[in-house]
Amino acid sequence: MVMIVTIVFSCLGMTTVRAAEGGDDFKPDEMIMHHVVDAHSWHFWDGHYGTLYLPVIVYSSDRGLDVFSSSNFYDEDHNKVSYDGYVLNDHEHIHLEGSEAKIWDFSITKNVAMLFINAIVMLLIFFAVARGFKKNEGKAPSGIQSVFEPVIIYLRDEVIKPNIGHGYQKYLPYLLTLFFFILFGNLLGLLPGAANLTGNIAVTLTLAVFTFIITNVSGNKHYWNHIFNTPGVPLPLKIIIVPVEIIGIFTKPISLMIRLFVAITAGHIVILSLIGLVFIFQSYLVGVGSTLIVLFINLIELLVAAIQAYVFTMFSALYIGLATEEHHHDENDVDTGLA
Amino acid sequence: MDLLNPGTGLIFWQAVIFLFLFLLLAKFAWKPITESLRVREESIQNALDSAEKAKAEMEKLQADNKKLLDEARQERDEILKEAREIAAKMKDDAKEDASKQADKLIADAKLAINTEKQAALAEVKSEVAGLVLNVTEKLLRKKLSDEKEQKQLIEEYIKDVNLN
Repeated sequence: MVMIVTIVFSCLGMTTVRAAEGGDDFKPDEMIMHHVVDAHSWHFWDGHYGTLYLPVIVYSSDRGLDVFSSSNFYDEDHNKVSYDGYVLNDHEHIHLEGSEAKIWDFSITKNVAMLFINAIVMLLIFFAVARGFKKNEGKAPSGIQSVFEPVIIYLRDEVIKPNIGHGYQKYLPYLLTLFFFILFGNLLGLLPGAANLTGNIAVTLTLAVFTFIITNVSGNKHYWNHIFNTPGVPLPLKIIIVPVEIIGIFTKPISLMIRLFVAITAGHIVILSLIGLVFIFQSYLVGVGSTLIVLFINLIELLVAAIQAYVFTMFSALYIGLATEEHHHDENDVDTGLA
Repeated sequence: MDLLNPGTGLIFWQAVIFLFLFLLLAKFAWKPITESLRVREESIQNALDSAEKAKAEMEKLQADNKKLLDEARQERDEILKEAREIAAKMKDDAKEDASKQADKLIADAKLAINTEKQAALAEVKSEVAGLVLNVTEKLLRKKLSDEKEQKQLIEEYIKDVNLN
């Protein structure tokens, strides 16, 4: 199945590359960026029906709320035109003609559509899993339930429980949602024509912010004490340590955000670059070699998809665990209980 | 759209969709799933515990049985030992009785023999006395007739007596 996916992906990559080629010269950087970043339309293949035009939802203080199809930005020959005063620039940003007014763009872009797909897939799968649990009460698991049950148990027992410790149940729903959202996003992103959802910095930023909020809201006395009054450190050193600790609060989610974004986007760029080689050299030899390497990279991407989901969840659990830990191993602290 | 510049629209949608997804999954998926897992784990743990308990009980029963068996065996050994002792004693007693009886019989026999012997001796004595009387009588008679013959006769009789 992996091979089929890879081959289809490669084929689709080639067709879309031809699209990006447009006329005479092929610009690999444009082609790659076109695939990696968000857009207002979803391009599958060339031709009249190959593109899905997504709805545009914009708000500005001047014009209020406007909703229209992104197809309005293109004429019959697929040239960009302005619509009702709105202009779509080459970076897929919408602005008002002859105005510097700030436009809030809440459009259902390619990635938002992908978000909906991801959410629907997750709901379908996990409702089915939950049904399985209800159906097989007191019996051995079956069907899709037995696929996800070990993963859920693994996450609970090997990732979440050891990192958070006591009271981990409270964070279990969030961390499970997080893991499967990233995993499914990563895997769906590998499908031919799919949007690069988890490789988008807005998505990883939002996820990191959720972890940041949960970590700091559930942070206990020890956690804040450790930051603002690091025990066992003399006062002069505290002047240095405390700012470092405060920066540390923010570097944790930032590292989460960047790690996932870079890992997924880099993988897509590598695959697209290798496909791009075929169109640059226009040789059968490079075509065959490139395809083989792309197949190999795709397999690695499957691995990366799971690893990144695991790492994001593991670090989120670790940060929450650090914030909710009851006992700190400080010299000043007399530990009476079990640490 | 830019690679490194997060779009506000996508952040908004991501936050909204993720929150909805989280709420829906938490209520309709994670809660029943983790609950079922907990119930199942508990039932497995209970089953294991009761198996362990049954095993311990079984072992106790076995130990009891063994103890009972050992006791029975010991008792049997004791009974056997006693029986053997009794048998031995009985045998000894019987032997003793028999030897006593035999001794008594022998003693009785000896006594009877002695009595018989005495009686026989007495009879012999009276017989001899009778004979002596007879011989004496005949001697006396012969002496009266011939001394030589008398002597011869006496010798003859004595010879007879000796034969007896």
